[in-house]
Formats: sequence, C-alpha cells, structure tokens
Amino acid sequence: MNFRTFAAFVGPSVFMMLLFIAFPLVSVFVQSFYVTQTVYEVVEVETCTPGFLTQTCTTEQKSVPLLDEDSHVMTRTEFVGLQSYRNVLELDRAWAALKAGSWSAFQAIDFWKALRFTLTFTLITLPLNIGLGLGIALMINNAAKAVRGPVIFISLLPFIITPVIGALSINWLFRGDGILTAAMEWYSGRDIAMFAQAWTIELLMMLYRVWHVAPFAAIVFYAGLQTVNSDSLESAVIDGASRWQRLRFIVIPHLMPLIIFVSMIHLMDAYRVFEEVVGFSSQGHVISLQWLTYDFLVPDQAGNRSVSRASASAMLTMIGITLLLIAPLRRTWRDHKGGH
Amino acid sequence: MKLKTILMAGALSLVGAAASASCAFENTVPLKSLTAGFEAWKAATDAMAECGNFSASLDQEFKEKQPEAFAANPALYQIGGVANETLIPLLNAGTIRPLDDLVAKYGANLTPNQLIKIDGKTMAIAMMVNAQHLMYRADILADLGIEEPKTYADVLAAAEKIKAAGVVDYPLGGTFKTGWNLAQEFVNMYLGEGGNFVDADNNPTINTPEGIKALETLKAMTAYMDPEYLVSDSTYVQQQFQQGKIAMANLWASRAAAMEDEAESQVVGKVTMAAAPMGSVAPATSIWWDGVVFATNMTDAEAEAAFQVVMEGIDTEMVKANNDAAVWLIPGYEAGPLAAGAAASAANGARAYPASTALGILHSALGNGLSAYMTGAKDAATTLADIEADYVTAAKEAGLLN
Repeated sequence: MNFRTFAAFVGPSVFMMLLFIAFPLVSVFVQSFYVTQTVYEVVEVETCTPGFLTQTCTTEQKSVPLLDEDSHVMTRTEFVGLQSYRNVLELDRAWAALKAGSWSAFQAIDFWKALRFTLTFTLITLPLNIGLGLGIALMINNAAKAVRGPVIFISLLPFIITPVIGALSINWLFRGDGILTAAMEWYSGRDIAMFAQAWTIELLMMLYRVWHVAPFAAIVFYAGLQTVNSDSLESAVIDGASRWQRLRFIVIPHLMPLIIFVSMIHLMDAYRVFEEVVGFSSQGHVISLQWLTYDFLVPDQAGNRSVSRASASAMLTMIGITLLLIAPLRRTWRDHKGGH
Repeated sequence: MKLKTILMAGALSLVGAAASASCAFENTVPLKSLTAGFEAWKAATDAMAECGNFSASLDQEFKEKQPEAFAANPALYQIGGVANETLIPLLNAGTIRPLDDLVAKYGANLTPNQLIKIDGKTMAIAMMVNAQHLMYRADILADLGIEEPKTYADVLAAAEKIKAAGVVDYPLGGTFKTGWNLAQEFVNMYLGEGGNFVDADNNPTINTPEGIKALETLKAMTAYMDPEYLVSDSTYVQQQFQQGKIAMANLWASRAAAMEDEAESQVVGKVTMAAAPMGSVAPATSIWWDGVVFATNMTDAEAEAAFQVVMEGIDTEMVKANNDAAVWLIPGYEAGPLAAGAAASAANGARAYPASTALGILHSALGNGLSAYMTGAKDAATTLADIEADYVTAAKEAGLLN
C-alpha cells in the first residue's frame, strides 16, 4: 500500500482520535492548572419571601456576582499551578494522619478513601473475573454441540445488560425488604440490611461487577480454547496427566497472552468504577475515584462546578491506571521481544 | 424510589395545543416551561397548557439544566419553576426578568404574599409553600398513651416506647439519603438550634455547640430508623409510611396527600400532621416556597403572553381542582388537615430556608460530609471541621472567599 492510500484510510480515524481523545485530554490537563472564578461584590439585599399569611422580609449582606456590560457574569481565570492537585490530594492532612498512625483519619479524606476502595475493588475483582471467565469458557467448550449456542447466549446475557440498569436491578433485589434480602432473612432468621454498612455494599458491588464482566472474559477465552494444540492434549492424556494437570500445564500457558489482555482491559475498566456507586447509591459509605471526579463536576446548590478540581482528579485517575498497567505491559513487552 | 425519579426525569409531558374554554386567555405565542416534576407542578402546568401553544418539561433534574437554558439567547424556556435555592443561580446570572410592570398589568389576582421581592423588585411569583413537619400514626400513639411529640426529646421518648411495644418495623422514618436530603435534615436541625451557617464574610460557622447538638440529635434518631437510612429519600419514607412500616417522620408537606391516597396507602385516616418538633430555639424545619420565574432573554411580547398563561395556570380554578396537592398560596385554597403541620410549624416560628450562594455551596459540602459522622467514621467536631474545610476549598475555587 502506498503512503497516500494508507493516509487516506488512517486519516479520518487519526483526526477523530485527535478531536475526541487527544484534544479533550490536553484541555483537561491545562484546566487542572487554572481556576476560573466568578467576581463577587458584597451588597446589602432585602429579600421578601412568602410566609403563611404575610411575607417575611430580611435584609442581609450578600455576595452577588458582578455582571459585565453584556450582562454576563464576570469571571477571571488565574494560573494556580498545582493548587487543585493539592486540594484533591490533601497531602498535609494525609501525611499528618499517617504519622499519627490513624487509618480512620487517613480514610476520612475523600481522595484516599476513594483510592482505597478503587484499588480493593480492582484487585479483588481481577482474579475473580479471570477465574469465572475461564470456568464459563471451559463449560461452554465441554458442552454438547447441540446446546452450545444457547449456553453461549445465556452466559453472554449479563454483559449485554446496560451497567446502570444491571446495578439498579441488583440494588432493588437487596434494598430494604427486597426479594433476596427477604430470602436471606428467612433462611438465617435474622434481620439483614445490606445497605446499612460499607462492607456488604462493597461485596454486592464486586459481585455485580464480576457477574457483569465475566462473560466478556469467557468469550475471549473460549475463542482461545479453540486453538489449543490437540496433539499436546492427547499426548498429555497418554502420559497420564489428570484433567487439572492438563489445564495447568497446557491450556493456561496457551491462553496466557489472552489472560494478560483480559487483565489489562479489566484493570482499566475496574479502576474507573462508577456505575456501581450510582446504581447502589453507595456514596454515603463508599466512593470511587471516578465518582469523585463526577461529584466535583456536578453543580452545587449555588450552581458552581469545581472544574479545576475535577480536571486534577481526572488526571490523577489516568496516572493511576497507567501505574497499574505497567506490570502487565512490561510482561507483554518481554514476551514480545523473547518471542521473536 | 429510584424508578419514580427516573420516570419523572425522562417524562416530558408534552401537552396538546388545543385551547379550551377553561382558559380565559388564548395564547398564540409558542411557550415552554422547565420545572420540577412533583404533583403541584403537574397541576399548574396542565392548567397552563389549556391556553394553547404551551409545552411543559417536568424534570426532577431541572436545576442542572436551568442556568444554561436561561443563559441562552433567546432562552430555551420562557417560564421556569424554582424554589428558594434554585432561584439564586438564575438571579446571580441575571437571566430572569423583573416582573413589576407585568404584575401591575395582569396580576390583579395575585396576593402580595406571592410576590418574591429582591431589593424591592418582584423577581418571582410563588404558588405554594412547603416544609418538613412531623407526621405520626395517631392510632399507634393513642394506643400506647403517647402525647403528640413537641420536641425532639419527646420524639425520641415516643420512639423508645414504640420500639418496646414492637408495633411497627421502625418507630422513625427519615429522609437521610446522603447528599441533598441529609444536608437538609442538618439545616433543619441547625435552624432549630438557632444556628447561623456563614458569617458576613462568607466564612463557615457550623462547627459550634449548636452544630454538634444538631448532629447528635440526628444520630440519636437513627437508632430507631431503618438501618439503611443513608439511602432513604422522601419517596422511600413516604412508602414506608404508606405501608405501615414506620410510626413517625419529619416529612415534606407535599407528601401529606399521599398518606390519604387509597390506591397506595394502607394507613388512610391514621396519619396526623403536626408541627415540626422544636429544637432549642425554633421548630427544626425550614420553610420553602415554589414559584415561577420568567427569562430575560425573550421578547416583551413573549413575556406578556408567558405571564398571562402562568396567571391562568396558577389561578383559583386550578387550586380548587387540586386543593390537596400542595399548601397553595393562591386565593381559593382551603387549608385542610393535611396543611395543618406546615401551618403549625410556621406559627411556632419556623424560619425560611436562608438561601444564598454561600449556603448553596455549604449545602453540597454538608451532603457529602455528614455521612462520615452517621456511619461512625468521624466524631461530630471533626465532621463539622472537615465540612467547613471542604466548603472553604469550594468557595475559594468559586471565588466567593479569598
């Protein structure tokens, strides 16, 4: 293919990537160093609001934004360096808490609380996802040809459901006296409240995530299983290898590149955990880094959005994902070099 | 619960354009409104639609859309529905117009009480008031020989007796959902203790003995509530009441009618509306109003038409047809037993929600920070100090504090 044809094919996609990925990223990066503020003046305002029979009027000093000649709110944008990062990380408080050896004081800081949950969530769901995915793939592979289609369809179902809807339906199954909570109460004879403490909510969130993403891992592994060398398997059988030994020494090494691939995708996805926090309304107990970014962006009751802190928090999330991906990427790189 | 919110949020009630006889003004200018999605707004916008050429968006997330939609030129909606705090962003941005000339021309039926005045200029027309007040199961309290609770000490004592008698799942209900609801509970309790939220320089003043007292009362109540209180919003508490699972709650006046709804409620005729329990100084509640604003960015002809349509929407005829949907401020409203709680709270000296830019930021900080105290992760003073710190960070970023 000559260069012109190549460019014509790749050009649109490069343009789209620049427009929708690179440019927003640069913009977020830049915004995290600036703060845009409304210019307020303090004036005395008399406010009259309805009472039951007559109005109540109060006169107070209030801060009111200045309007420019086009009657837009006047704002000023300032370079603040790393201030927004400092506001998100609260390093002084975190360090003081750690020096005092107080885990609870450390976990009282939003960012570190969110980081703790995000990492726990990511690292616990990772092996569960791989394990369950592999299990489902082996099950499909061993199913009789006649039922294989329906089995694949059913095991893919959780993956097809929209994440927020899935989380909400699990939420309803367990909320208050939801069906499953009622069933557990009947079975155990105790009053159970799944949304009353953090650990049960975390457990539900992880179970939900594994249930939701394992089918993807399964379908990738199932594809991989089709290419396992049947000669090696047969010779292993002849050598008297058990089922487990065949899996351990032939199938898994063969699937290793796929396992790394699924792990990487999972690390990236799970580190951005968000739907679960919204779906389970868990923010009273548990928050994630992505939710923290979202919360900064939601306007407060006065209509302000913390765009700078949200940008800083988004950049920190990206840095976190990059750090997590270093290990699997290095492994792939080594394999890649060793293989050729 | 959640489903209702989602349905509401998605529900664009687009009403047909046929003008009917029940509207005295035939509207020829296309008009749109963006309001909250509860029952009273549905009643009011349905009545506006009778004038023709009008479409209403009833949206529980309206406050996220309104500032941008009104800042557009021409504004995307001519008519907006706001309450105490949602008025502030629009007022600050100058995107709503003064109404004095329109009131003089077409507002003959308005009472002075309905006119929201900022520095003497009418900026909004109120149609109803709302407040959280005590609702209790009269049958249960009478059976156990408990007097109507007047203070939070009474409420807790009554809850203890109800718990001991074991007649309901949980003696108390509460709109303690993390975020706006929980912050509102604190605002109520703190007003009841006589507290002030910020000083003249917008520095926070909630880490006070009154603030700690307010938090301790909230925490004491949770012992008698559904342990999942951090996810229970007004609709959830309303349903708990309707299903006979709770005996008392400090719930919104706009939810009172639901207790008497035979289709949903198993406790029809058993719930009494009473004044909000007293804090140390005032009733632990705040009075809210809901009303209509008009965009700056529209032509005067549109504004005249919009104002007349609204006057038809919030008239006596609509109130007579929907008397129990809200505590209306409109002439023709007959305050029945359902409005007794809100009225009694006001008579006891309940304060209006002191909406301001600063309290808007603080309300959000409270919403995020209070759950740490409720779950026991922090003590009261630390919680309030952290919320103040969070507020200061946000207020500095917004330019309110230097």
